Amino acid sequence: MRRVRRRGVRGDRDLPLAPGRLSELNAGEQAIIEGCDAGHMLVSRLSALGFTPDAPVTMVQNFGYGPVIVSVRDTRIALGRGEAAKIRVRRTSGGR
Amino acid sequence: MSDGRSIRVALAGQPNVGKSTVFNLLTGLSQHVGNWPGKTVERKEGVYSHNGTEVHIVDLPGTYSLTANSAEEVIARDHIIRERPDVVVVVINASSVERNLYLVAELLPLPSPVIVAVNMMDVAAQHGVQIEPDVLEAALGVPVVPMIATKNQGIHELVQAIDNLVQDGTQYEPKKPEIRDDHRALLEELNELVVGYVPSPYPSDWVSLKLLEGDVEIMEMMENRLPEDVWDRVYAILMEHEDAVVAVAGGRYEWIGRMTRAALVRPGVGQVTITERMDRWATHPVWGLLVLACILGLVFWLTYSVGAPLQGLLETYVVAGGAEIATRALGNAPSWLSSLVVDGVIGGAGTVVTFIPILVIFFAFMGLLEDVGYMARAGYVMDRFMHLMGLHGKSFIPLYLGFGCNVPAVMGTRVIESRRGRLLTIMLVPLVPCTARMMVLAFITPLFFGAAAPLVAWSLVGLSLTVLAVSGVLINRVAFGGERAAFIMELPLYHVPNWRTIGILIWQRSLAFFKRAGTVILVVSVVLWVLSALPTGEIETSFLAGVGRLLAPLGSLLGLSWQMMVALLTSFIAKENAVASLGVLYGAGGEAGLAQILPEILTPAAALSYLVVQMLFVPCVATVATVFQESNSWKWTLFILVFLLAVSFGLGIVIYQVASFVT
Repeated sequence: MRRVRRRGVRGDRDLPLAPGRLSELNAGEQAIIEGCDAGHMLVSRLSALGFTPDAPVTMVQNFGYGPVIVSVRDTRIALGRGEAAKIRVRRTSGGR
Repeated sequence: MSDGRSIRVALAGQPNVGKSTVFNLLTGLSQHVGNWPGKTVERKEGVYSHNGTEVHIVDLPGTYSLTANSAEEVIARDHIIRERPDVVVVVINASSVERNLYLVAELLPLPSPVIVAVNMMDVAAQHGVQIEPDVLEAALGVPVVPMIATKNQGIHELVQAIDNLVQDGTQYEPKKPEIRDDHRALLEELNELVVGYVPSPYPSDWVSLKLLEGDVEIMEMMENRLPEDVWDRVYAILMEHEDAVVAVAGGRYEWIGRMTRAALVRPGVGQVTITERMDRWATHPVWGLLVLACILGLVFWLTYSVGAPLQGLLETYVVAGGAEIATRALGNAPSWLSSLVVDGVIGGAGTVVTFIPILVIFFAFMGLLEDVGYMARAGYVMDRFMHLMGLHGKSFIPLYLGFGCNVPAVMGTRVIESRRGRLLTIMLVPLVPCTARMMVLAFITPLFFGAAAPLVAWSLVGLSLTVLAVSGVLINRVAFGGERAAFIMELPLYHVPNWRTIGILIWQRSLAFFKRAGTVILVVSVVLWVLSALPTGEIETSFLAGVGRLLAPLGSLLGLSWQMMVALLTSFIAKENAVASLGVLYGAGGEAGLAQILPEILTPAAALSYLVVQMLFVPCVATVATVFQESNSWKWTLFILVFLLAVSFGLGIVIYQVASFVT
């Protein structure tokens, strides 16, 4: 399984609520959305689809390449890897 | 604005909610399909009668929200604000209520009253979702009608609800979403600044909310209307709170959460749905490709085993039969008239008629895949490869269909959501070698290359596809700045297809093709016939031949005679005509005769260059007509013609010079 890259934090690897990017979640892992670091149009589109702060999101499929599939607000949505990398999340489950 | 005899309803909804099924149920075949004025977005309207009232329905484009991010959203919101329909019916999908209600949240502040139709109740039940329409109605304060449109359930209740609302709107008290507390003061400040300058029919508080969201269209509108100092203050506020769009969206979802708390029951954790099970295969990077390959293989098999024979039958009985009847009927007429009708008109119309089986099969295939929900998976699986060319994953299927026939392929680009992606795909479809071109390939290669013929043929197909990929990258970089639209695609739940919906779709698309492309083909056929007959009645000395001779210098660079250039010109009607024209021009009398003559007048290098040009050349007129229809732009249609001319002749010349140098 892949380890989440934590910016500027060393040492303890078992920090439960470490921040990260949506593209780093493994299949089955859940997280809460914190925000999107993107241009206005993309943010607006993502927000309308349900990617708003505090919304729960589950990673459905992530093979490390190609677009990912997430489940947000009862909907399965495919996101390009670049787009998924722009969404900041806080993990709520899953391990390393 | 109802006078008791006729009312106007707008039908709204997000994609994948079954809105078109509802629309079809309400309007049947009374529906009329066109375009929204000045746009390439499809507009459907229809009518039904109920209790003596005529109800006119407009099907608004499916949109997730009402921002200014896409033409569809602007069309939808403009229609409601400007036309003020008597009722707006929002169709939502019972299995994605939370997200679907976002559109409802955007519609409630608008002037027209709303009815919520909760469709696909059966699909929700299959996936373990339960929704209570009565509870939702009490929470929202608007009529809520449960439906299963694919089974004709709920339609009477919907019609009744529309009627009730129009007759007596006093009970209509919607609980509109309110902005979050932390932004309320901000919204009021904006409202005070702009009120009085907002042009009717726009509601003032809606405009303020849109400004806060950073809506580009509304910002532009108000910049033009506000006095400079007022606009400066508004702009300053907006710049300081650029992230307000997130707060507004978040606020709507909080409202939705409160509305659905009591009305919605979700499946328990761990319950695996049908969709999840099927997607384990369909979206897998490896298996997904296999599934796609099988489905595509099935289409091709169907086309050749069912479509081709049907085409042959039509050719023999309808076209040739029609020609026979016409010849007999015009027995006493002057021979030029008889030839005009038989060769020109019926020949041209015959081409259109023989398209029917292929078109129907392709439209049925695309309609079925879209309805079942698989189309999105195909797009997902192919996106990895498509995005290398600057294309969206959904571009793959239309391009693939091009192998059969470019015409339905161009029409199939409608599944692509972004205009840019759709345009780019439309430009690239003509580079996909269709069966007609392959037939010319199959006829000519054995005459010149003997045993190496299949190798040459496949290399030429490979060349076409390489040119396609390179052109895609080039056009994308030059015309669209090299970037492509963000890849965000909903994967709807799988569900049983609705044949009625698909049937109506096939009917409409086929009709659209005949009306547009059909007339163009006919006209061009007649024109070409005229050019080939005048002024002497013999093709060798006709205007068409004159044009061919004019092009002879260009032809010589390719090693081609003026007759070959004429054949290229006639292939504009239909690619297969190239062979027939050559037969006539060389007096060969049929394919066998031509097979003997050609190797005597062409070198293999010349044959090669001819084939290269033929493969990459301007597509048949039906395709050009469809490109124009789907792109709605003279500029782009002209661009692709010029581009293909340049590429085909350019490459043809290079290949001829190299090949004849080598041999």
